[in-house]
Amino acid sequence: MKQSSTRAVLVEVAIHFVLLVAVCAALYPILWVVSLALAPSGAPDARALPIPDSISFHSFASVLFRQNSSGTWVFAVQLFNSVVISLATSFVAVAIATPASYALARFRFVGSKAGTSLLLFTQMFPGVAASVPLYLLLDSLHLLDTRSGLILVYATSAVPFAIFQLRSAFEAIPREIEEAAMVDGATQFGAFLRVALPAARPALAVTGLFAFMTAWNEFILAATFLSREEMFTVPLLLNSYVSEYSAAWGNFAAGAILVSIPVCVLFYALQRQLAGGLTSGSVKG
Amino acid sequence: MAGLTLRNVKKVLGKTPILHGIDLDVRDGELVVLVGPSGCGKSTLLRTIAGLEVPDEGEIRIADRDVTHLPPRERDVSMVFQSYALYPHLTVRDNLAFGLKLRGASAQTIEERIGEVSSMLELTPLLERFPRQLSGGQRQRVAMGRAVARHPALFLFDEPLSNLDAALRAEVRVEIKRLHDRLHATTIYVTHDQVEAMTLADRLVVLRAGRVEQIGAPLEVYEKPRTLFVAGFLGSPAMNFIPASIDSGIARAKDFAVHVPASIGGPTVTVGVRSEDVVVAESDGQLRFVVDVVERLGFDCHAYGKVGDVSFVARLNGEVARTAMRGTVIALNVRDGKAHFFDVQSGDAVQ
Repeated sequence: MKQSSTRAVLVEVAIHFVLLVAVCAALYPILWVVSLALAPSGAPDARALPIPDSISFHSFASVLFRQNSSGTWVFAVQLFNSVVISLATSFVAVAIATPASYALARFRFVGSKAGTSLLLFTQMFPGVAASVPLYLLLDSLHLLDTRSGLILVYATSAVPFAIFQLRSAFEAIPREIEEAAMVDGATQFGAFLRVALPAARPALAVTGLFAFMTAWNEFILAATFLSREEMFTVPLLLNSYVSEYSAAWGNFAAGAILVSIPVCVLFYALQRQLAGGLTSGSVKG
Repeated sequence: MAGLTLRNVKKVLGKTPILHGIDLDVRDGELVVLVGPSGCGKSTLLRTIAGLEVPDEGEIRIADRDVTHLPPRERDVSMVFQSYALYPHLTVRDNLAFGLKLRGASAQTIEERIGEVSSMLELTPLLERFPRQLSGGQRQRVAMGRAVARHPALFLFDEPLSNLDAALRAEVRVEIKRLHDRLHATTIYVTHDQVEAMTLADRLVVLRAGRVEQIGAPLEVYEKPRTLFVAGFLGSPAMNFIPASIDSGIARAKDFAVHVPASIGGPTVTVGVRSEDVVVAESDGQLRFVVDVVERLGFDCHAYGKVGDVSFVARLNGEVARTAMRGTVIALNVRDGKAHFFDVQSGDAVQ
């Protein structure tokens, strides 16, 4: 008895040690970024423990309040671009993928299998491979250097993936709860709206968040299709601090921190949905 | 008024015919149990009545209204699913109110019904909980409550007790009986559990491979099974069957001889004897039963063994139930009039 409890304690200690190491490994680079952003010099400092001697918010201020030659408040405009583009991408992707994935999960129709395979097919090519044709396409549509152009491009690549995610989510929802709703007085569409959709809420949140983050972080296509600073998204902003001849590491680090704040906020806001488990309890088990 | 009428209902799933033309008349207020082994089509029949499956042929009438081609919501039925199928994102209160709200019931009616149902099924302390916070038995009660709250013309139960443990199952079974006695709602109840079938039913419908094998009151079906299948399906332990040949009014097999009614001719017959329909004989009996295994259940015992070369189960009580053991030979008689005779070819009962 005594021996087994000692053993249990040892196992606990071992587990926590491993977790601690993992946390340190994950936090170390972030600590570097924070330290760079707060260092008055803004230059990398080769030390084992990156804790600056003195703290300055100079880098943050210069990123946040920089104005370009024509007097535009660059950070605000670019942050706005990123928020609009990412939100719109996420919204369009979920709005199109939800009915599509529900249909694929629930109904058998001509082309349902072929359609699913075709969706998978689109995922086999990196978006960058299509950048030249996309550039020409956007050019002829006069959508280069516009937010809607980028939303269109992002959404087309986000939709198939969203359909895949949501299809398995809808398949996991027991059919009986929709049948129960239909016996209770709902139409097929009513059962979808009132029962399947609320039950799929965690999956919708994850899918939306994923589309948002993909758009938020995307760099190469944005760099290809956007040329005016006023249209830039935040990844391009970060890139602008590190050029071939100079690297403003302090600004880069401060920018990186500022840019990751909205994503952290989103995660925090959606954590209840992300935890899932909302469908448990409807049927046995 | 008719509760439910089925006329020649046929259903094919994919290429497999599931229902081969079911006819059934259910009186208003009657509780009819559909029973049969798995794959006999009982659940499909129930889903067809609910409107979740469309019959390929035939007619379905609920409360004298042709509903054959109506969607589930227009049939005025409610259903308790095997898995309960509660709405996971709604509280117990909203689960109960869901159907009423969809039908545009007034807030007052909804409140009344919820009150009525939750006091009937002891759901009042659970009303604000979510399904995931309930035990299996509680979920089951909510599922029943949701069905009752709507006051439908027809209740459908699809094996509602199969996910409960034995003790709870007995409890809820009595609860359902009580509920039906109180509401007198026309009810179709699907189960493969013969205890449920026997205890709940006003009438039993025994299904086999998509066909109605026998319809009747539970005891009538139990005592006068019309076919070998029904005889073997109902009853636990299952009825013993002994192939015998008829010789001058007596059906004989090895270690076995019973009188046959004069009406039965034919060189051979299958004799059916329920385990409880044998008594220990004073001297020479009709059966010579060699015991192999004895299960003592307290009041009586199940003795498994052989009569001649045929497996046989006898339910015995009294002194022999205490002393019987492997190798014991017991002379048994079949109770008067309790032997069943079945045609060897067709399996139909003959008298």
